[in-house]
Amino acid sequence: MRNLLSRFRYHILVFLAVLGPGFITAMVDNDSGGIYTYSAAGAKYGYLPLWTLLPITVVLIITQEMCSRMGAVTGKGLSDLIREEFGLRITFLLMSLLVLANLTNVMAEFAGVASSLEIFHISRYVSVPLAAVGVWFLVVKGNYTSVEKVFLFASVIYVTYIVSGILVKPDWKEAAINSVRPMLMLDSGYIYMLIGMVGTTIAPWMQFYLQSAVVEKGVTTKDYAASRLEVTVGCIMTNVIAFFIIVACAGAIWSVAPKDINDAAEAALGLKPFGQYAVLLFSAGLLNASIFAASILPLSTAYSVCEGLGFEAGVNRRMSEAPIFYFLYTSLIVVGAGVVLIPGFPLVRMILLSQVANGVLLPFILIFMVLLINKRELMGEWVNPRWFNLASWATVVIMIGLTLALVGITLRTGV
Amino acid sequence: MADNYLYFTELLSMPVLDLTGRRIGRAKDAALVPMAHPARIDRFLVGGGDTWLTVRYDQVRSITLVRGIQLSDEQLLPYHDDEYMLRIGRDLLDQQIIDVTGRKVVRVNDVTMTIQHDGQRDILTVAEVDIGIRSILRRLLQGVLTRPAIRRLQQAIPPNSIRWEFANVVEPDPLRRLRLNITYDKLEHMHPADLADIVEDLAPAEREAIFDSIDSEVAADALSEVEDPKMQASILESLEPEKAADIVEEMAPDEAADVLSEMEEETSEEILDEMDSEPKTDVRELLEFAEDTAGGLMNTEYVVLHHNATVADAMAALKGNEDLLETLNTLFLIDEEGRLTAAIPLARLFLAQGESRLQALASETLLQVTVDETQDRVTEFFDKYNLLTLPVVDEEGKLAGVITADDIISVLRQK
Repeated sequence: MRNLLSRFRYHILVFLAVLGPGFITAMVDNDSGGIYTYSAAGAKYGYLPLWTLLPITVVLIITQEMCSRMGAVTGKGLSDLIREEFGLRITFLLMSLLVLANLTNVMAEFAGVASSLEIFHISRYVSVPLAAVGVWFLVVKGNYTSVEKVFLFASVIYVTYIVSGILVKPDWKEAAINSVRPMLMLDSGYIYMLIGMVGTTIAPWMQFYLQSAVVEKGVTTKDYAASRLEVTVGCIMTNVIAFFIIVACAGAIWSVAPKDINDAAEAALGLKPFGQYAVLLFSAGLLNASIFAASILPLSTAYSVCEGLGFEAGVNRRMSEAPIFYFLYTSLIVVGAGVVLIPGFPLVRMILLSQVANGVLLPFILIFMVLLINKRELMGEWVNPRWFNLASWATVVIMIGLTLALVGITLRTGV
Repeated sequence: MADNYLYFTELLSMPVLDLTGRRIGRAKDAALVPMAHPARIDRFLVGGGDTWLTVRYDQVRSITLVRGIQLSDEQLLPYHDDEYMLRIGRDLLDQQIIDVTGRKVVRVNDVTMTIQHDGQRDILTVAEVDIGIRSILRRLLQGVLTRPAIRRLQQAIPPNSIRWEFANVVEPDPLRRLRLNITYDKLEHMHPADLADIVEDLAPAEREAIFDSIDSEVAADALSEVEDPKMQASILESLEPEKAADIVEEMAPDEAADVLSEMEEETSEEILDEMDSEPKTDVRELLEFAEDTAGGLMNTEYVVLHHNATVADAMAALKGNEDLLETLNTLFLIDEEGRLTAAIPLARLFLAQGESRLQALASETLLQVTVDETQDRVTEFFDKYNLLTLPVVDEEGKLAGVITADDIISVLRQK
């Protein structure tokens, strides 16, 4: 018995030791764009879209697991591996697209900061610069371990969505039934929404961030089992949060009158009839998610680009040692935050553009990932087993199809 | 001699002409045979028809940027991979190498070779490994613009490269490493802290390769300088137990105990079994103490004398402990039962006569802590009394070990 207990304690300790990369990546997936997508889905279609969360979770776990496995086995980041196996030109092309896509993502995050605080009548000319400076200092002046702790704490704040979902007193029975009952309608708005939900789930930057974070954390094949568990739990938690966001909006907005909402802050205001706490929690969640993603995206971009192209990278290097790294990191924040402050800047159009850039990039990344993870000289005994390969390729094909569809619709309706 | 150098990217797809000036194919790769010559391009791989052909360096007449490679002998053998060949395109380009003088890990963008005419033929010799933006530009533009145009264009960017002699290729496979004549001798002359920085930048397999082949003493110094205890442990775990034991024996016992306590018991026992008996007992004793107590911090490298000993005795004792001299600053006196009675600052010996008693030179107050004293208290002691060395005693007052200032600095750094 005692032996069993100590074994159990050992496993818990190993799990805590690897906790971080998978959890954080999955949580950041619910950034301001994700929250908007889920809110809009709940506000317009109520509980109907809930069934997609289950397949989304599976797809998310499959892709994230591959990245963390590659990180643990090779000890190299994804852009490192792409560079080493596919050469400079492809890497350069991918990195250029990644910078473009992530820059627009960063804009969206700072826009999220602005709109969540405008609910409390704080001007964006105050909130956005403060957030930008705060983010810059957090990462440049902190070290990986302390920054990770801050990030893990930020992950906990997502609980606000669970609470606000409960405060709204939604129809739990309806929610439960719709979570497992697939519902398709030949309504173009509904299909667009479904594609949007899946499309925002797997972003190119996540794959780079997760793999680098696993490497940085020093996870090896020995403690990989714990790492895989961590990734899985993270992915499930993310979709639990998504569930409560949809449920909150369904209970508060859709059940009164289904309507289109234009940003996540509007969804927060929709919770007003259920008390100011519901609004407060929902917008606090949005603010947290935006700042969280705004801290990670520029950092992850600068890391991936510098690793892939062979420049010195890392916040533990001095500015004179890694000039390109700091230049990229700082510019992403300055430009991303700056444009939100320009009156009349076509922000919506930029965010649509970011979806297109993400969509163009994602197929390449996913295909490269499956190719890399099947290289025996890299992965040894850790290559994909056959059944997993089937699942991986199926995921890749589905994701590419959906993303291209999303890009197609975006281009036709949006720009 | 305007064109006395050639970039590897320029060599790629350069036409190869036979004796009559007819083109038989294009250059696909070039290879060194380090066993034969460390820098001379020994083989050119030519692709034309179905198979690749191998051109030996002595089958070449001339190499020019404009005309390509002209042969002096057409008896070409089909290419087959041989393990004595270091192929520039496959094994070097886009891979990470160690810059020995710059003391960092860099990624190879291109290779600069010199062309020398030895009377009969042009010989290519690898001169520099290119790592900067200039070489990235060259790679990206190759095939888009003509070779001379790219050369003109790149003038604007300052070159960034390292001399081939100071570049160290990292090869994880021990057999291939042997055949390619790759050694890590150059790394052994580096400062251990620099070597540790380099090792931290590499992937686990490469780390292992380096520790596996460098001298145990150097490896021990470098391993002590690796900051992350988890990484230290995983490096040792990846080595054969005999090699790991050799390294651990060379480490200071307290550091060795710290690393071993990070490992799973099974593995650390395996390593301990391989160790010589004397260092093994020291390390085993230290392993008994909790990491965050004085016992966990202390090491057993100190010089101790009987409390009636004279300065001459001390001198004799020091002669027997020359390996400790670099860091030693205090001597300790014990009574018949092994209890600590006095501490002597080493510098006082210089002012004393040979026959005078050591006791007379002792510090006025004897500062000491017990093995179970907390880490925080010990740190406080060092700060309050400006200590360099602090003796640690067991419950009976017997000297168990000493804590030195560098141990305290490590503790503070890790916070």
